Amino acid sequence: MKEARAMKKNILISPYGGLLLLALMLALMPLAVSNDFHYDLLTKICLTATVAVGLNLLVGYAGQVSLGHAAFYGAGAYASAILTSQYNLSPMVALLSAAAGVGVMAWLVGRPILHLKGHYLSMATLGLGVIAAIVLNNEEQLTGGPDGVGLPPLSLFGHELSVFGEYQFAGLTFTGVELWYLLAAAVLVIAVLLALNIIDSPLGRALRALHGSEIAAQVAGVDTAKYKLRVFVISAVYASVAGSLYGHYSGFITPTVASFEHSIELITIVVLGGMASTFGVIIGAAILVLIPQFLTDFQELEMVVFGAILMAVMIFLPRGLLPSVLQRLQRGAQ
Amino acid sequence: MSALLSVTNLSKEFGGVHAIEDLSFEVQRGHVHSIIGPNGAGKTTLFNLVTGLYQPSDGTVTLGGRDITGRAPHKLCEMGMARTFQNLQICMNMSALENVMLGRHRHLGSGALAAMLKLPGLRKADRACREQCRELMHFVGCGDYQDHAASAMPYGALKRLEIARALAAEPDILLLDEPAAGLNATETDALRSVIQKIAGKGITVVLVEHDMKLVMNVSDHLLVISYGRKLAEGTPEQIREHPEVIAAYLGGGARERQAREVPA
Repeated sequence: MKEARAMKKNILISPYGGLLLLALMLALMPLAVSNDFHYDLLTKICLTATVAVGLNLLVGYAGQVSLGHAAFYGAGAYASAILTSQYNLSPMVALLSAAAGVGVMAWLVGRPILHLKGHYLSMATLGLGVIAAIVLNNEEQLTGGPDGVGLPPLSLFGHELSVFGEYQFAGLTFTGVELWYLLAAAVLVIAVLLALNIIDSPLGRALRALHGSEIAAQVAGVDTAKYKLRVFVISAVYASVAGSLYGHYSGFITPTVASFEHSIELITIVVLGGMASTFGVIIGAAILVLIPQFLTDFQELEMVVFGAILMAVMIFLPRGLLPSVLQRLQRGAQ
Repeated sequence: MSALLSVTNLSKEFGGVHAIEDLSFEVQRGHVHSIIGPNGAGKTTLFNLVTGLYQPSDGTVTLGGRDITGRAPHKLCEMGMARTFQNLQICMNMSALENVMLGRHRHLGSGALAAMLKLPGLRKADRACREQCRELMHFVGCGDYQDHAASAMPYGALKRLEIARALAAEPDILLLDEPAAGLNATETDALRSVIQKIAGKGITVVLVEHDMKLVMNVSDHLLVISYGRKLAEGTPEQIREHPEVIAAYLGGGARERQAREVPA
């Protein structure tokens, strides 16, 4: 009896309790919002958060900084665009092929650069991001160059999902934006579940050990090079899937999806929300998607505000928003 | 008895400085084999060479008859070698128990897909691992800290935690680098019984330590090194009487003084 109660408490305070809370909040969100614009923001938050959850595995948990992650996001989006419009693959097949392709790409580029440490690794990933942006801008025949490229609407099991459509389910009418939100929310929940599973496994312990003490990991039998490469590939696949979905959602993409600015935005989300805090980075993603909405009148200030936020967080909340707040609450409770 | 670990003509140079020079010795299976010597004698360098953290300039190391010279640490772990560190190597971003569980890495499947989907086989193995590691923490005497963050543990407990992590790998040979450094007399005494229990399990122990009382109590065999060279080798009794060892430890003058004090 006592044990059962203890178990129950454990589930509530365990990360999986957080997942339940997240799913509940996402499911109830439609009660709080009314127009398409809000749904649009929520969908973007969910897709951005998905990338951030994957990037956090690499940066927050394994301690390997990537400053070029938008390259994988862009690669996923462009691969979906090219495979659907030029090779007539169905969007889901294209999405999965893109994810596999990006995984292989990450494995190939990761092998040489993950031997680098600290600043050197950051610089190498930065270079990767710059190269990706240049290729997308210049390979006009394939990518449409700076003008971008269009994507068809997503289709699931033969049903097209367009943001402009209206759909009937069990007597209820859903708009395309509402369904897109639900899809993005479901993708985020699955992304978080997979990430939590990884963290709470031998693989996750090996990854966190890379961050904590690489020497300890080595003598405990962890092949550090192999595990860095693995988490690099996993986080790249997360980015690719989110990129593909974003492409189909927006219907049109330009090389800015793979830009240096976007990579910086992604790393800002992880640092802001909380390194090694899966739920923290979701909050980080929400903040970074919402900030531009409050700055519509001063668009040129966007990067300045991002920079200022990053500085303030580093100075006052070095562990990131959520971990710092949780720590204060815990101290207050004691 | 057979040699489990043997080191032959091992040398390591750091830019012209000979940290280890032409050193050869053997560690017998099942022994507690201590390596002593003054500060800077090259004991930790020797450990780093044997465990693959440094590449030797010359010489060979074999484990159970197999050449392991310069092999990566994670491969040596798979071959049954575990170690601790003089200046702790603990993952402060993990809990105490997780640090020990990290030590069982070589016994757990670590496939990415199995981890992502939390397959039942992996979940079961991980639960068993958790229990074994709890027991190990009790075994080395830091069981009270199981659910603590490693960063919240006192120094003495962290030293034991490292031993628990090393034991979690179920090694054939365990290398302890100054496990008693920074411990008080009571803690050192507890450590002695832990080392004896480990040896009792049939694990070969190589011990680097400055605490002579501890070394003389637990060792079957001693190796004394000074300036990277072998000074003497033998049982604790032989080493205690060895004139060169006394000289190295107490300074050159001690030898003459001892000679004067002992009537001819």
